[in-house]
This record gives sequence, C-alpha cells and structure tokens, in this order.
Amino acid sequence: MMQTERVIQELVGELQPVRRLRPPALRAALWLATVGLLVGLIVMGFADWARVMQRMAVPRIALECAAAGLTGISAVLAAFIVSIPGRSARWAALPLPAFILWLAASGAGCLRNGWSLHGPGGFVGDSGHCFGFIVGVSVPLSIGLFAVLRRARPIAPLPVAMLGTLGVAALADFVLEFFHPFDVTVIDLALHLAGIAVVMLVGVALRRPLLVDASR
Amino acid sequence: MYAAQEGDRAAYERLLREIMPFVRSLSRRRCRNPADVEEMVQDTLLTVHRVRHTYDPGRPFSAWLAAIATRRAIDLVRRRQRVSKYESTDSQLVETFPGAAANNELEAVQSADEVAHLLQQLPARQREALEMLKVRDMSAAQASKVSGQSAGALKVNAHRALKALRGWMQAREKP
Repeated sequence: MMQTERVIQELVGELQPVRRLRPPALRAALWLATVGLLVGLIVMGFADWARVMQRMAVPRIALECAAAGLTGISAVLAAFIVSIPGRSARWAALPLPAFILWLAASGAGCLRNGWSLHGPGGFVGDSGHCFGFIVGVSVPLSIGLFAVLRRARPIAPLPVAMLGTLGVAALADFVLEFFHPFDVTVIDLALHLAGIAVVMLVGVALRRPLLVDASR
Repeated sequence: MYAAQEGDRAAYERLLREIMPFVRSLSRRRCRNPADVEEMVQDTLLTVHRVRHTYDPGRPFSAWLAAIATRRAIDLVRRRQRVSKYESTDSQLVETFPGAAANNELEAVQSADEVAHLLQQLPARQREALEMLKVRDMSAAQASKVSGQSAGALKVNAHRALKALRGWMQAREKP
C-alpha cells in the first residue's frame, strides 16, 4: 500500500500534458492513403497495363485481386483499432471475410490450373519470385506501419503484430497481382501463403522491440 | 481523465485514487495473494500513465481502464507461472544435492540466514535493485518508478549485487 501511494505521487509529480491520438480509423486511413499513393506511383510506372487489363478481364482474377487488397486494408484498420485499450477484440476478425474470399478465389484458380503451369524442369518456376516479392515489399511496409502503431504503445502487442503483418503482406500480394505473369496454381498459392506466413512470424517474433518501449 | 491529459495534476491524483478500488477488485478476480494484487494495481497505474494519450474522451473510460487492468493482471499471473515453473517449494529437494552438507536442513536454514546477512552487506541501492528485479520480478519501469533509480541503473545495480553475492559465496566455500 505504501509503495502504491509512492507510485501515485511519482506519477502525479511527473504528469505532463499529452497529445491525444487521433481516432484509429483516421490514422489507418492516413497510413493507407500514404502507402496507396507511393505504391500507386510504382504500379503506374512499372506495370504492364496491357497484361493487367487482360488478367483483370477474368472475373475470378479480378475478385482475387480485390479480395487481397480488401484483406490488407481491413487487417491494417483492425491493427490500428485493437492497439487502443478497451476496443472489442472482435475487430481482430475484420479481415477474415476478405481473406476467405481471397483463398476461395485463388482455390478456384488452382482447381482450374492444377499443380503447376511450368514445364517439367520448373515445377516452382516464377512462383519463387512471388515469395521474394511478398517478403521484400512487406519489410519496408511493416517498418513504416509498426513505427505508426507503436505510438499507441499497445498493451497487448500480439494481435496488433499479427494483424499489422497480415495487412502489409496482403497488400504486397495485392501489388503483386499487377506484375503476376501467370494465373494462380497450387504451388503459386502455397508460396504466396508461405510469404505471408513468414512475414507474420517475423513480425510476431519482433513485436516487443518494434511495438513496445524498451522499458516495458 | 480529460483534465489529466491536459496536464491537470490535481485532477490526475483524484482520478488515480478513485480508480484504485475498481482496479483492485478487477485484480482480485485474477489473484488472491494481497501482495500480487497490489503489484497488479501498481502495474495498472503505471500503464494508465504510459498510455493516457490513447484515451478518447468520447468513449467510456471504464472499458479503457478495465482493458488495461485485465491485461496487466494476466501478465502478472503469467509471470508468476513462468517463475514457479523453475522454482520448487519441496523441502525434500535439498536431499537430492550431492554434497552431504546440503542435505542437512539445519545447514540449509543457516545458509538462508547467511544469505540474508550477505544481502545486508550490499549497498542499499544494489540490494533494492536485486530485490525488485530478481526477487519480486518487477519490470524495470515499475521498479524505476518505485525506487527512483533509472531502469539502466537498476539493471546495473542488480547485476553488481549478484556478482558480489557470487564472489562472497565462492570465497566462503573455499577451504
């Protein structure tokens, strides 16, 4: 009790005015808009638009692309919301419908295209690049996202890290759709999922140094 | 809380005192040990201070506070479980030591007295750091608030205290 009294005195003694965080949805929208602008410029500059239009003319591929983007947006939004104490844990399920839709659309593509589109010597083929692309794009996006998320000093960093990394990996997958040279296959989908899983695992492992202050 | 966010110390002190019964009752649901409950209360107060910028005055304060108190209580219970995994209260355990002297309960009690005596020989700040970080398993931030020492100084002092104790124990064991 004496120590609790001392803690109160210490905390009151060092109280300084603080700047309130803006609503999480607004912070998420600002982050997504910034990333969208940067990524949009890159996609506009480097994507093969004739091929993109050809691919997007297939409803299933367009749905797959939209679902990946929605998964990314909803997961990032959920990460911002659950980083604030007192918000319902149900927000963590926000990206689930879009993620399931993305899996379903990709799965339908797999059924159509089989194990691999590549020749006998190249079972994995260009899908290896997909893995590298998702991980490579996710790293800078994760650093940028965690730098903003840590301002909330999340009291439970695990769901924040999981949702944040799912968000950036899904956004990376969305961007990849604009450069993807072939339709989805089982191997390709597996490597996309492996890329997302690696990004999430690393993010979860590094959640404390990246999201929580060193003192706690 | 709104006034506290603006830097009003009187309002902040009133708030911290008013929330204590609520936080204590939430903590008691997770733990019966009064010392642990008090530690949960302290952890919660420190976290409230650390994340006070996240409170939105347009939303219920009780939900915000309850989330913090519950989280800190869960953290402490988990910390205790982790520590208890590596500790044993089995008095028979000393009989498994290969040294004959360690199998003597009286000797063990004397050793405990001796450790207590050695602890008293440590400089006050080292003893305080050792007790808070290693015995009570407090976080560096919490120990820093309570003791007034910086987190870095606490870690250094706890390390020096352990080193000094180790040196004394080794010197004692030499013939």
